Amino acid sequence: MTIAAALEIALAVLVLGVAVWTIAARETFVAVVGFVAYGLLLALVWVRLDAVDVALTEAAIGGGLSGVLLLGAAARLRTTEVRAAAEAPGKILRIGAALLSAMVAAALAAGVLLLPDPAPTLAPAVAANVAATGLGNPVTSVLMAFRAMDTLLEKIVLLLALIGVWSLAPDRVWGGHPGPRHQADPLGVLAYLARLLPPVGIVVGIYIFWTGADQPGGAFQGGTILAAMWLLVIMAGLTDAPPVSRRWLRLVLIAGPAVFLLVGLTGLLMGGAFLAYPVAYAKPLILTIEVAMTLTIAVTLGLLLAGAPERSAGR
Amino acid sequence: MSVALDIVTIAAISAGALFFLAGTVGLLRFPDPLTRLHALTKADNLGLGLVVLGLLPQAGSLRDGLKLVCVWLLVLLAGATVSQLIARAALASEASDQRGEFL
Repeated sequence: MTIAAALEIALAVLVLGVAVWTIAARETFVAVVGFVAYGLLLALVWVRLDAVDVALTEAAIGGGLSGVLLLGAAARLRTTEVRAAAEAPGKILRIGAALLSAMVAAALAAGVLLLPDPAPTLAPAVAANVAATGLGNPVTSVLMAFRAMDTLLEKIVLLLALIGVWSLAPDRVWGGHPGPRHQADPLGVLAYLARLLPPVGIVVGIYIFWTGADQPGGAFQGGTILAAMWLLVIMAGLTDAPPVSRRWLRLVLIAGPAVFLLVGLTGLLMGGAFLAYPVAYAKPLILTIEVAMTLTIAVTLGLLLAGAPERSAGR
Repeated sequence: MSVALDIVTIAAISAGALFFLAGTVGLLRFPDPLTRLHALTKADNLGLGLVVLGLLPQAGSLRDGLKLVCVWLLVLLAGATVSQLIARAALASEASDQRGEFL
Protein backbone atom coordinates (compact mmCIF):
# COMPACT_ATOMS: atom_id res chain seq x y z
CA MET A 1 0.00 0.00 0.00
CA THR A 2 1.46 3.36 -0.96
CA ILE A 3 1.78 6.22 1.48
CA ALA A 4 -0.80 8.22 -0.48
CA ALA A 5 -3.36 5.43 -0.15
CA ALA A 6 -2.68 5.09 3.59
CA LEU A 7 -3.08 8.87 3.98
CA GLU A 8 -6.41 8.81 2.12
CA ILE A 9 -7.74 5.95 4.25
CA ALA A 10 -6.70 7.81 7.41
CA LEU A 11 -8.42 10.95 6.10
CA ALA A 12 -11.63 9.05 5.33
CA VAL A 13 -11.67 7.46 8.80
CA LEU A 14 -11.04 10.89 10.35
CA VAL A 15 -13.90 12.47 8.38
CA LEU A 16 -16.30 9.72 9.46
CA GLY A 17 -15.10 9.99 13.07
CA VAL A 18 -15.61 13.77 13.19
CA ALA A 19 -19.05 13.37 11.59
CA VAL A 20 -20.13 10.83 14.22
CA TRP A 21 -18.71 13.06 16.98
CA THR A 22 -20.62 16.07 15.64
CA ILE A 23 -23.92 14.16 15.62
CA ALA A 24 -23.33 12.63 19.06
CA ALA A 25 -22.40 15.96 20.69
CA ARG A 26 -24.74 17.01 23.49
CA GLU A 27 -24.32 20.77 23.28
CA THR A 28 -25.04 22.84 20.21
CA PHE A 29 -21.78 24.77 20.52
CA VAL A 30 -19.73 21.53 20.57
CA ALA A 31 -21.60 20.26 17.51
CA VAL A 32 -20.88 23.51 15.63
CA VAL A 33 -17.15 23.22 16.42
CA GLY A 34 -17.25 19.65 15.08
CA PHE A 35 -19.06 20.88 11.97
CA VAL A 36 -16.34 23.46 11.23
CA ALA A 37 -13.62 20.83 11.65
CA TYR A 38 -15.63 18.53 9.37
CA GLY A 39 -15.81 21.23 6.70
CA LEU A 40 -12.05 21.73 6.77
CA LEU A 41 -11.37 17.98 6.55
CA LEU A 42 -13.77 17.77 3.59
CA ALA A 43 -11.73 20.50 1.90
CA LEU A 44 -8.69 18.22 2.23
CA VAL A 45 -10.71 15.37 0.70
CA TRP A 46 -11.59 17.58 -2.27
CA VAL A 47 -7.92 18.43 -2.77
CA ARG A 48 -7.07 14.71 -2.82
CA LEU A 49 -9.77 14.28 -5.48
CA ASP A 50 -8.09 17.01 -7.60
CA ALA A 51 -11.07 19.37 -7.25
CA VAL A 52 -9.18 22.39 -5.90
CA ASP A 53 -11.90 24.93 -6.79
CA VAL A 54 -14.44 22.93 -4.80
CA ALA A 55 -11.92 22.60 -1.94
CA LEU A 56 -11.51 26.41 -1.84
CA THR A 57 -15.28 26.88 -1.74
CA GLU A 58 -15.71 24.18 0.92
CA ALA A 59 -13.05 25.74 3.15
CA ALA A 60 -14.48 29.24 2.72
CA ILE A 61 -18.19 28.45 2.99
CA GLY A 62 -18.40 25.12 4.84
CA GLY A 63 -15.57 25.81 7.25
CA GLY A 64 -15.83 29.56 7.48
CA LEU A 65 -19.15 31.24 6.82
CA SER A 66 -21.39 28.32 7.78
CA GLY A 67 -19.41 28.00 11.00
CA VAL A 68 -20.00 31.67 11.88
CA LEU A 69 -23.68 31.37 10.97
CA LEU A 70 -24.14 28.27 13.15
CA LEU A 71 -22.16 29.79 16.05
CA GLY A 72 -24.49 32.79 15.97
CA ALA A 73 -27.49 30.47 15.94
CA ALA A 74 -26.05 28.41 18.81
CA ALA A 75 -25.54 31.59 20.84
CA ARG A 76 -29.15 32.65 20.26
CA LEU A 77 -30.43 29.19 21.20
CA ARG A 78 -28.42 28.90 24.42
CA THR A 79 -31.31 30.00 26.64
CA THR A 80 -33.66 27.39 25.18
CA GLU A 81 -31.13 24.54 25.09
CA VAL A 82 -32.39 22.77 28.22
CA ARG A 83 -36.01 22.83 27.04
CA ALA A 84 -34.98 21.67 23.56
CA ALA A 85 -33.04 18.73 25.00
CA ALA A 86 -36.20 17.61 26.84
CA GLU A 87 -38.02 17.44 23.50
CA ALA A 88 -35.32 15.40 21.73
CA PRO A 89 -36.62 12.42 19.73
CA GLY A 90 -36.59 8.98 21.41
CA LYS A 91 -33.97 6.30 20.96
CA ILE A 92 -35.98 4.21 18.47
CA LEU A 93 -36.53 7.19 16.18
CA ARG A 94 -32.85 8.08 16.29
CA ILE A 95 -31.75 4.50 15.54
CA GLY A 96 -34.23 4.41 12.64
CA ALA A 97 -32.81 7.66 11.27
CA ALA A 98 -29.25 6.33 11.62
CA LEU A 99 -30.16 3.13 9.74
CA LEU A 100 -31.87 5.09 6.97
CA SER A 101 -28.84 7.41 6.59
CA ALA A 102 -26.49 4.41 6.51
CA MET A 103 -28.61 2.77 3.79
CA VAL A 104 -28.60 5.96 1.68
CA ALA A 105 -24.80 6.24 2.11
CA ALA A 106 -24.38 2.59 1.10
CA ALA A 107 -26.60 3.09 -1.96
CA LEU A 108 -24.56 6.14 -3.01
CA ALA A 109 -21.27 4.28 -2.47
CA ALA A 110 -22.56 1.33 -4.52
CA GLY A 111 -23.67 3.71 -7.28
CA VAL A 112 -20.22 5.31 -7.47
CA LEU A 113 -18.24 2.07 -7.18
CA LEU A 114 -20.37 0.30 -9.83
CA LEU A 115 -19.75 2.98 -12.48
CA PRO A 116 -18.18 1.59 -15.66
CA ASP A 117 -14.46 2.15 -16.07
CA PRO A 118 -13.85 4.77 -17.56
CA ALA A 119 -16.85 6.54 -16.04
CA PRO A 120 -19.09 8.53 -18.42
CA THR A 121 -17.93 12.15 -18.32
CA LEU A 122 -18.14 15.38 -20.30
CA ALA A 123 -14.58 16.39 -19.39
CA PRO A 124 -13.07 15.66 -22.85
CA ALA A 125 -15.81 17.77 -24.50
CA VAL A 126 -15.04 20.64 -22.09
CA ALA A 127 -11.29 20.32 -22.65
CA ALA A 128 -11.84 20.46 -26.41
CA ASN A 129 -13.85 23.69 -26.23
CA VAL A 130 -12.11 25.60 -23.43
CA ALA A 131 -9.99 27.52 -25.90
CA ALA A 132 -13.10 29.18 -27.36
CA THR A 133 -13.81 30.95 -24.07
CA GLY A 134 -10.29 32.35 -23.73
CA LEU A 135 -10.01 30.99 -20.18
CA GLY A 136 -7.41 28.55 -18.89
CA ASN A 137 -9.38 27.03 -16.00
CA PRO A 138 -11.94 24.48 -17.30
CA VAL A 139 -14.03 24.82 -14.11
CA THR A 140 -14.48 28.56 -14.64
CA SER A 141 -15.28 28.03 -18.33
CA VAL A 142 -18.00 25.53 -17.38
CA LEU A 143 -19.40 27.87 -14.69
CA MET A 144 -19.31 31.06 -16.76
CA ALA A 145 -19.75 29.90 -20.34
CA PHE A 146 -21.06 26.38 -20.88
CA ARG A 147 -23.46 26.36 -17.90
CA ALA A 148 -23.77 30.10 -17.40
CA MET A 149 -27.53 29.75 -16.99
CA ASP A 150 -27.07 27.69 -13.80
CA THR A 151 -24.66 30.25 -12.35
CA LEU A 152 -27.10 33.08 -13.11
CA LEU A 153 -29.94 31.24 -11.41
CA GLU A 154 -27.72 30.45 -8.38
CA LYS A 155 -26.98 34.13 -7.86
CA ILE A 156 -30.68 34.95 -8.00
CA VAL A 157 -31.34 32.18 -5.45
CA LEU A 158 -28.78 33.85 -3.15
CA LEU A 159 -30.77 37.08 -3.42
CA LEU A 160 -34.00 35.25 -2.62
CA ALA A 161 -32.33 33.72 0.46
CA LEU A 162 -31.30 37.20 1.60
CA ILE A 163 -34.86 38.48 1.16
CA GLY A 164 -36.02 35.49 3.20
CA VAL A 165 -33.64 36.47 6.02
CA TRP A 166 -34.80 40.11 5.86
CA SER A 167 -38.42 39.00 6.10
CA LEU A 168 -37.72 37.86 9.68
CA ALA A 169 -37.46 41.48 10.83
CA PRO A 170 -40.19 42.79 13.14
CA ASP A 171 -42.38 45.46 11.58
CA ARG A 172 -41.03 48.36 13.60
CA VAL A 173 -37.39 47.81 12.49
CA TRP A 174 -38.21 47.01 8.87
CA GLY A 175 -35.38 48.16 6.66
CA GLY A 176 -33.09 48.85 9.62
CA HIS A 177 -29.56 47.79 10.60
CA PRO A 178 -29.05 44.02 10.54
CA GLY A 179 -27.83 42.34 13.68
CA PRO A 180 -26.77 43.87 17.01
CA ARG A 181 -24.33 46.76 17.30
CA HIS A 182 -21.09 45.03 18.11
CA GLN A 183 -18.88 46.67 20.70
CA ALA A 184 -15.24 45.87 21.24
CA ASP A 185 -12.42 47.61 23.03
CA PRO A 186 -11.04 49.98 20.34
CA LEU A 187 -7.54 49.40 21.74
CA GLY A 188 -8.06 45.66 22.10
CA VAL A 189 -6.92 42.62 20.19
CA LEU A 190 -10.03 42.15 18.04
CA ALA A 191 -9.93 45.76 16.84
CA TYR A 192 -6.22 45.32 16.10
CA LEU A 193 -6.92 42.25 13.97
CA ALA A 194 -9.79 44.05 12.21
CA ARG A 195 -7.39 46.84 11.26
CA LEU A 196 -4.50 44.59 10.22
CA LEU A 197 -6.15 41.71 8.39
CA PRO A 198 -8.69 43.33 5.99
CA PRO A 199 -6.07 44.95 3.71
CA VAL A 200 -4.36 41.56 3.33
CA GLY A 201 -7.72 39.81 3.00
CA ILE A 202 -8.96 42.20 0.32
CA VAL A 203 -5.81 41.67 -1.76
CA VAL A 204 -6.10 37.88 -1.34
CA GLY A 205 -9.81 37.95 -2.22
CA ILE A 206 -9.33 40.01 -5.37
CA TYR A 207 -6.36 37.82 -6.34
CA ILE A 208 -8.36 34.61 -5.94
CA PHE A 209 -11.18 36.07 -8.06
CA TRP A 210 -8.74 37.30 -10.75
CA THR A 211 -6.69 34.13 -10.92
CA GLY A 212 -9.83 32.00 -11.31
CA ALA A 213 -9.59 32.61 -15.05
CA ASP A 214 -6.55 30.36 -15.38
CA GLN A 215 -5.94 28.70 -11.99
CA PRO A 216 -8.25 27.31 -9.31
CA GLY A 217 -10.26 30.17 -7.87
CA GLY A 218 -13.13 32.28 -9.08
CA ALA A 219 -15.69 34.91 -8.22
CA PHE A 220 -17.44 32.92 -5.50
CA GLN A 221 -14.33 32.14 -3.45
CA GLY A 222 -13.00 35.68 -3.83
CA GLY A 223 -16.36 37.17 -2.87
CA THR A 224 -16.51 34.97 0.23
CA ILE A 225 -13.13 36.23 1.44
CA LEU A 226 -14.19 39.85 0.88
CA ALA A 227 -17.42 39.16 2.81
CA ALA A 228 -15.38 37.66 5.66
CA MET A 229 -13.20 40.78 5.88
CA TRP A 230 -16.29 43.01 5.98
CA LEU A 231 -17.83 40.85 8.72
CA LEU A 232 -14.60 41.02 10.74
CA VAL A 233 -14.68 44.81 10.66
CA ILE A 234 -18.37 44.80 11.68
CA MET A 235 -17.78 42.33 14.52
CA ALA A 236 -14.92 44.40 15.90
CA GLY A 237 -17.26 47.36 16.13
CA LEU A 238 -15.16 49.49 13.78
CA THR A 239 -18.14 50.00 11.51
CA ASP A 240 -21.83 49.28 11.61
CA ALA A 241 -23.77 47.13 9.20
CA PRO A 242 -25.63 49.54 6.87
CA PRO A 243 -29.43 49.72 7.01
CA VAL A 244 -30.86 47.31 4.48
CA SER A 245 -33.10 50.02 3.02
CA ARG A 246 -30.16 52.01 1.66
CA ARG A 247 -30.36 52.43 -2.10
CA TRP A 248 -26.63 51.92 -2.78
CA LEU A 249 -26.74 48.64 -0.88
CA ARG A 250 -29.66 47.33 -2.91
CA LEU A 251 -28.02 48.48 -6.16
CA VAL A 252 -24.84 46.55 -5.31
CA LEU A 253 -26.94 43.49 -4.43
CA ILE A 254 -28.64 43.38 -7.83
CA ALA A 255 -25.55 44.49 -9.80
CA GLY A 256 -24.24 40.94 -10.31
CA PRO A 257 -27.40 39.26 -11.61
CA ALA A 258 -28.34 42.43 -13.52
CA VAL A 259 -25.05 42.56 -15.45
CA PHE A 260 -25.35 38.82 -16.06
CA LEU A 261 -28.90 39.23 -17.43
CA LEU A 262 -27.85 42.21 -19.55
CA VAL A 263 -25.02 40.25 -21.15
CA GLY A 264 -27.39 37.34 -21.68
CA LEU A 265 -29.99 39.50 -23.41
CA THR A 266 -27.29 41.14 -25.54
CA GLY A 267 -26.22 37.65 -26.57
CA LEU A 268 -29.83 36.94 -27.51
CA LEU A 269 -29.92 40.01 -29.77
CA MET A 270 -26.48 39.58 -31.34
CA GLY A 271 -25.55 35.91 -31.11
CA GLY A 272 -28.95 34.33 -31.48
CA ALA A 273 -29.12 32.58 -28.09
CA PHE A 274 -29.52 33.74 -24.48
CA LEU A 275 -26.08 34.03 -22.82
CA ALA A 276 -24.22 33.43 -26.10
CA TYR A 277 -20.89 35.25 -26.05
CA PRO A 278 -19.38 36.44 -29.34
CA VAL A 279 -16.08 34.52 -29.49
CA ALA A 280 -13.92 37.63 -29.90
CA TYR A 281 -15.38 39.24 -26.74
CA ALA A 282 -15.89 36.11 -24.64
CA LYS A 283 -13.16 36.74 -22.05
CA PRO A 284 -13.84 40.49 -21.49
CA LEU A 285 -17.56 39.78 -21.12
CA ILE A 286 -16.92 36.94 -18.68
CA LEU A 287 -14.57 39.12 -16.63
CA THR A 288 -17.11 41.97 -16.52
CA ILE A 289 -19.77 39.60 -15.26
CA GLU A 290 -17.35 38.18 -12.68
CA VAL A 291 -16.38 41.60 -11.32
CA ALA A 292 -20.04 42.51 -10.74
CA MET A 293 -20.71 39.06 -9.32
CA THR A 294 -17.79 39.19 -6.88
CA LEU A 295 -19.10 42.45 -5.42
CA THR A 296 -22.64 41.12 -5.20
CA ILE A 297 -21.55 37.85 -3.61
CA ALA A 298 -19.41 39.69 -1.05
CA VAL A 299 -22.25 41.98 0.02
CA THR A 300 -24.89 39.22 -0.11
CA LEU A 301 -22.91 36.78 2.03
CA GLY A 302 -21.99 39.54 4.47
CA LEU A 303 -25.62 40.54 4.88
CA LEU A 304 -26.76 36.91 5.14
CA LEU A 305 -24.48 36.49 8.11
CA ALA A 306 -25.32 39.86 9.63
CA GLY A 307 -28.84 38.58 10.00
CA ALA A 308 -32.30 40.07 10.01
CA PRO A 309 -32.71 43.79 10.80
CA GLU A 310 -32.82 44.37 14.57
CA ARG A 311 -32.36 48.11 14.93
CA SER A 312 -34.30 50.82 13.14
CA ALA A 313 -32.58 52.81 10.44
CA GLY A 314 -32.87 56.12 12.24
CA ARG A 315 -30.21 55.30 14.83
CA MET B 1 22.43 18.92 -3.60
CA SER B 2 18.82 17.81 -3.89
CA VAL B 3 19.55 14.94 -1.49
CA ALA B 4 20.74 17.45 1.11
CA LEU B 5 17.61 19.56 0.52
CA ASP B 6 15.42 16.46 0.94
CA ILE B 7 17.16 15.61 4.21
CA VAL B 8 16.58 19.17 5.47
CA THR B 9 12.91 18.89 4.46
CA ILE B 10 12.39 15.58 6.22
CA ALA B 11 14.20 16.73 9.36
CA ALA B 12 12.33 20.03 9.62
CA ILE B 13 8.91 18.51 8.93
CA SER B 14 9.53 15.73 11.45
CA ALA B 15 10.50 18.31 14.07
CA GLY B 16 7.38 20.31 13.19
CA ALA B 17 5.22 17.19 13.52
CA LEU B 18 6.78 16.58 16.94
CA PHE B 19 5.73 20.06 18.08
CA PHE B 20 2.21 19.46 16.74
CA LEU B 21 2.10 16.22 18.72
CA ALA B 22 3.32 18.00 21.85
CA GLY B 23 0.71 20.71 21.41
CA THR B 24 -2.09 18.19 20.94
CA VAL B 25 -1.03 16.17 23.98
CA GLY B 26 -0.98 19.39 25.97
CA LEU B 27 -4.45 20.31 24.68
CA LEU B 28 -5.79 16.95 25.83
CA ARG B 29 -4.00 16.67 29.16
CA PHE B 30 -3.68 20.15 30.65
CA PRO B 31 -6.21 21.05 33.34
CA ASP B 32 -7.67 24.43 32.37
CA PRO B 33 -8.15 26.65 29.29
CA LEU B 34 -5.18 28.95 29.91
CA THR B 35 -2.63 26.13 30.08
CA ARG B 36 -4.21 24.47 27.05
CA LEU B 37 -3.84 27.70 25.07
CA HIS B 38 -0.21 27.78 26.09
CA ALA B 39 0.27 24.29 24.64
CA LEU B 40 -1.57 25.18 21.42
CA THR B 41 0.66 28.15 20.67
CA LYS B 42 3.62 25.77 20.45
CA ALA B 43 1.89 23.89 17.65
CA ASP B 44 0.94 27.10 15.87
CA ASN B 45 4.22 29.00 16.01
CA LEU B 46 7.00 26.43 16.12
CA GLY B 47 5.22 23.45 14.58
CA LEU B 48 3.91 25.26 11.52
CA GLY B 49 7.08 27.33 11.26
CA LEU B 50 9.25 24.22 11.07
CA VAL B 51 6.89 22.62 8.54
CA VAL B 52 7.06 25.74 6.37
CA LEU B 53 10.84 25.84 6.77
CA GLY B 54 10.98 22.23 5.61
CA LEU B 55 8.78 22.93 2.59
CA LEU B 56 10.81 25.95 1.46
CA PRO B 57 13.53 23.88 -0.30
CA GLN B 58 10.77 22.04 -2.16
CA ALA B 59 9.03 25.21 -3.35
CA GLY B 60 9.27 25.69 -7.10
CA SER B 61 10.18 29.37 -7.10
CA LEU B 62 10.84 32.34 -4.84
CA ARG B 63 7.19 33.38 -5.18
CA ASP B 64 5.93 30.01 -3.93
CA GLY B 65 8.35 30.19 -1.01
CA LEU B 66 7.14 33.68 -0.10
CA LYS B 67 3.54 32.45 -0.27
CA LEU B 68 4.38 29.66 2.20
CA VAL B 69 5.95 32.19 4.59
CA CYS B 70 2.87 34.43 4.21
CA VAL B 71 0.65 31.49 5.17
CA TRP B 72 2.72 30.99 8.32
CA LEU B 73 2.56 34.69 9.23
CA LEU B 74 -1.22 34.80 8.74
CA VAL B 75 -1.67 31.71 10.93
CA LEU B 76 0.54 33.37 13.58
CA LEU B 77 -1.62 36.50 13.49
CA ALA B 78 -4.88 34.59 13.70
CA GLY B 79 -3.59 32.25 16.40
CA ALA B 80 -2.26 35.07 18.57
CA THR B 81 -5.48 37.08 18.33
CA VAL B 82 -7.75 34.13 18.99
CA SER B 83 -5.62 32.94 21.94
CA GLN B 84 -5.91 36.37 23.56
CA LEU B 85 -9.68 36.46 23.04
CA ILE B 86 -10.20 32.92 24.39
CA ALA B 87 -7.96 33.67 27.37
CA ARG B 88 -9.91 36.80 28.26
CA ALA B 89 -13.22 34.95 27.92
CA ALA B 90 -11.86 32.12 30.11
CA LEU B 91 -10.67 34.60 32.76
CA ALA B 92 -14.02 36.39 32.71
CA SER B 93 -15.96 33.16 33.10
CA GLU B 94 -13.63 32.05 35.92
CA ALA B 95 -14.18 35.34 37.71
CA SER B 96 -17.94 35.15 37.40
CA ASP B 97 -17.85 31.49 38.52
CA GLN B 98 -15.97 32.49 41.65
CA ARG B 99 -18.48 35.22 42.32
CA GLY B 100 -21.17 32.53 42.12
CA GLU B 101 -23.03 34.15 39.24
CA PHE B 102 -24.67 32.34 36.39
CA LEU B 103 -23.14 32.89 32.92
